[in-house]
Amino acid sequence: MAKNNVGPKRMVVGAHYGLKDWLAQRVTAIVMAVYTLILLFSFLTASNFSYEGWAGLFARPWFKLFSLVTFLGLYYHAWVGMRDIWMDYIKPVGLRLALQILTVLWLIVCAGWTVQILWSV
Amino acid sequence: MSEAVREVPKKERPEFRNIHITDLTNYRLPPAGWVSILHRVSGAGMFLLLPFLLYLFELSLRSELSFAYFAGIASHPLVKLILLGLIWAYLQHFCAGVRHLFMDVHVAIEKDAARKTATSVLVVSLALTALAGLKLFGVF
Repeated sequence: MAKNNVGPKRMVVGAHYGLKDWLAQRVTAIVMAVYTLILLFSFLTASNFSYEGWAGLFARPWFKLFSLVTFLGLYYHAWVGMRDIWMDYIKPVGLRLALQILTVLWLIVCAGWTVQILWSV
Repeated sequence: MSEAVREVPKKERPEFRNIHITDLTNYRLPPAGWVSILHRVSGAGMFLLLPFLLYLFELSLRSELSFAYFAGIASHPLVKLILLGLIWAYLQHFCAGVRHLFMDVHVAIEKDAARKTATSVLVVSLALTALAGLKLFGVF
């Protein structure tokens, strides 16, 4: 068994979340970039910044859903980034775990808050 | 030969290992290094100010009255300064992120090209921030 662990038959070990998170960070980044450009375009083409125009944009069902997807993507993106920062700079395992848990909980709170905000329009 | 080697006094050579936080001031980063660390700083900064942004976002959408209240807060010079800082963080993170995505598909990964794109990221995001700042403080 050990002798055959070379080349393409190499045993791949690890927690297996590296590639998934790496990919998720890229996909969410692209979604956020597209969303940013659309938001910026509608903001710049509007004649003047008023409540009617602003709330009217977020009242449209497709934009509401696009906003939701983007914000949820943002929180996933932020989780991957913050996890990397905690893993790189915080060495004591207990403290690191506590910070990671707080980050996750806080981002879930933000996600709930975002739903409330988006569906209040 | 061996005598010649022996005669030369051993020079104290600097040893570069993982740098300590106190070395930061005399450690000169290349442009790509600046883009890298600023990606972290801007990302962490935006994460920390998330509640502030969501609060403003909520005010801007809930009602016409809260929108007026939001406009009042956003017109305070200190708030404008914080917003400008966040705008810079967003633009820096955005530009550096686009650079990352291009590098993922093997565009501009050579040393010279990567150095150029790193400098561009720094310059472009600062220029756009300046533009947004002029707009924010009502110059145009």
